[in-house]
Amino acid sequence: MSGFGGPTQAPAWVTHGLVPLINLGLALLIAGIIIAAIGENPFEALKLLVLGAVGYPEAIGYTLYYTTNFVFTGLAVAIAFHCGLFNIGGEGQAYLGGLGAGLIGLYLGHWPAPVAIVLAIAAAMAFGAFWAFIPGWLQARRGSHIVITTIMFNFLAAALMTYLLVEVFIKPGQQAAESRTFEAGAWLPFVHDVLAGFGVDIGRSSLNLSVVVAAVCLVLFWFFVWRTRWGYEIRAVGLNESAAVYGGISPARAIMLAMAVSGGLAGLVGVNEIIGVHHRLLLEFTAGYGFVGIAVALMGRNHPVGILLAALLFGILYQGGSELAFDMPNVTRDMVVVLQGLVVLFSGALEHMFRARIERLFTRRARAVAEAA
Amino acid sequence: MEAVTWIVLVIDATLRVSTPLILAAFAGMFAERSGVVDIGLEGKMLGAAFGAAAAAYVTGSPWIGLLAGIGTSVALAMIHAFACVTHKGNQVVSGMALNILVAGLGPVLSLAWFGQGGQTPMVSDAGRFRPLHFPFADRLADVPFLAQIYSEIVSGHNLIVYLALGMVPLAAWFIYKTRFGLRLRAVGEAPEAVDTAGISVAGMRYRAMVVCGILCGVAGTSLSIAQNALFVRDMTAGMGYLALAALIFGKWRPVPTLFACFLFAFADAVQARLQGVDIPGVGIIPVQAIQALPYLLTVLLLAGFVGKAVPPRASGVPYVKER
Repeated sequence: MSGFGGPTQAPAWVTHGLVPLINLGLALLIAGIIIAAIGENPFEALKLLVLGAVGYPEAIGYTLYYTTNFVFTGLAVAIAFHCGLFNIGGEGQAYLGGLGAGLIGLYLGHWPAPVAIVLAIAAAMAFGAFWAFIPGWLQARRGSHIVITTIMFNFLAAALMTYLLVEVFIKPGQQAAESRTFEAGAWLPFVHDVLAGFGVDIGRSSLNLSVVVAAVCLVLFWFFVWRTRWGYEIRAVGLNESAAVYGGISPARAIMLAMAVSGGLAGLVGVNEIIGVHHRLLLEFTAGYGFVGIAVALMGRNHPVGILLAALLFGILYQGGSELAFDMPNVTRDMVVVLQGLVVLFSGALEHMFRARIERLFTRRARAVAEAA
Repeated sequence: MEAVTWIVLVIDATLRVSTPLILAAFAGMFAERSGVVDIGLEGKMLGAAFGAAAAAYVTGSPWIGLLAGIGTSVALAMIHAFACVTHKGNQVVSGMALNILVAGLGPVLSLAWFGQGGQTPMVSDAGRFRPLHFPFADRLADVPFLAQIYSEIVSGHNLIVYLALGMVPLAAWFIYKTRFGLRLRAVGEAPEAVDTAGISVAGMRYRAMVVCGILCGVAGTSLSIAQNALFVRDMTAGMGYLALAALIFGKWRPVPTLFACFLFAFADAVQARLQGVDIPGVGIIPVQAIQALPYLLTVLLLAGFVGKAVPPRASGVPYVKER
């Protein structure tokens, strides 16, 4: 699995720009063919999708709200990739993160806003990190395969949350498995409310201050991975475990650290959803965001800049995709899921099909230029 | 007498639930024994469920439905093989890609073709695999015990249930007693040795994936046109992953895997019957605890706390020929 993000000889713009774009283009092409096959105009669909995502202020707000989730899950998958691990458990870790945020919301929501919110964010990260640390520990110390364990932990998280919501947190006298609404102290303010305070009107959307947390995470991620000893150890283990051991690095420690950070990042989805939007605990609020993270990390080549762009792309697809269905009843959000699968297929599973060939093309030319000079 | 009826009903439900599970777990066994990790069992089953329901609805024939289900699943298995064997791509990523792709594509195509919001229309009884009633089953239904076992457990299932149970000894014989099986196991443990013997590693893995596709195809078909009468979105609901868990729990071996499937299906059948039942001395067991049991057991097994599961040595590793 150490192939992810490994060094190559090709120029950076080829590896990080051209190849992902070709993979995306191919995924879009096939999605376009499918749309054409079910009797709709793919270009018209693309136009409606982009308009629905960035055409008016509310839409931009929703696009950025989705982007926030995908930044969190994309970074979560990426940090694990850097360590050579595939964390499929983002969904479960996000679920648990929501539980952490929700517990603070339910029990400390009457505390003053900044304190309750900071506690909720910390709890979301801690719960998510815990849910990823166990598979990390099992991989590092007991040799169980991280992929299988994280899959199992997704199901365990689902069972746990269903139990808690149905039996423990459910609001009395209500059918739906949802908790009561939190006190306002634990509400992360909406961006439109914050900006309204400055006299700026951007239209109501689900976008909340989690987007700031996401921006901070992007910067910290870069710093952590490329400017700290922990990040160095994680990358060293990911690239070559035996070499890392010779360098005095403990792979077990790096694996557990990478997984805990990964889970903490995924847990922040719970902040965006639970204290940012819903303000109560509910079932299945993760809605597959954890899986989108896989596509985002693969497309973004595990780098914060790439992840931001990929997350933005999927934000546009999610928001635009739900708008699309109003004008083209036959093209629903499911079409975006198809595209997501194609992106993972081309930029992940089939990465060697084009990447090696294209990069060889450019390394050969670079070498020829160097020799001529 | 009530206890006997209860047990009979639970066993009956266990058999029903375990059918797609057994088929999918054995599909995974062929893939992983050849060295190809397949977390795409879920997607292949879902794809087959859609293909089978769509074809059976249009043609009114369960057999054409079965063929369409198998065809869809094998096609997906071939994409997986193309990515993982030919292009040496990451097998987990590829499986995940197919799972996501199918989860979206099924509802998209159902909506486009049938206009019923992400599901297929109801398949008529003639287009489904209906329960088979063995001779005298109806007449003996009220006679206690042996007759009850005969009429409820032995008789009265759809064809795929018997097919799945018949497949198990056949698959075991195939894996352990035939030349194909020997090579299959070898290619998952020591592909370099197989290569040295002049057998194509890629060829073997492709063939294993075809078998995997066929079995997943039957599993998906049983979900949509035998146990149900239509395809609905996400109707596999994690069963592919549960099959994977059963395969690991069975340590990649036929008989233990079969029993793991029975165990997980039994847990499901009991769970459905224990909802809100107060067991003396224990109290009410939360449904979710029983639902979580298979996953918890698998985690514990993988961690070596209850036995040890060692996967085929070369599974997950693309084979690179020596130069």
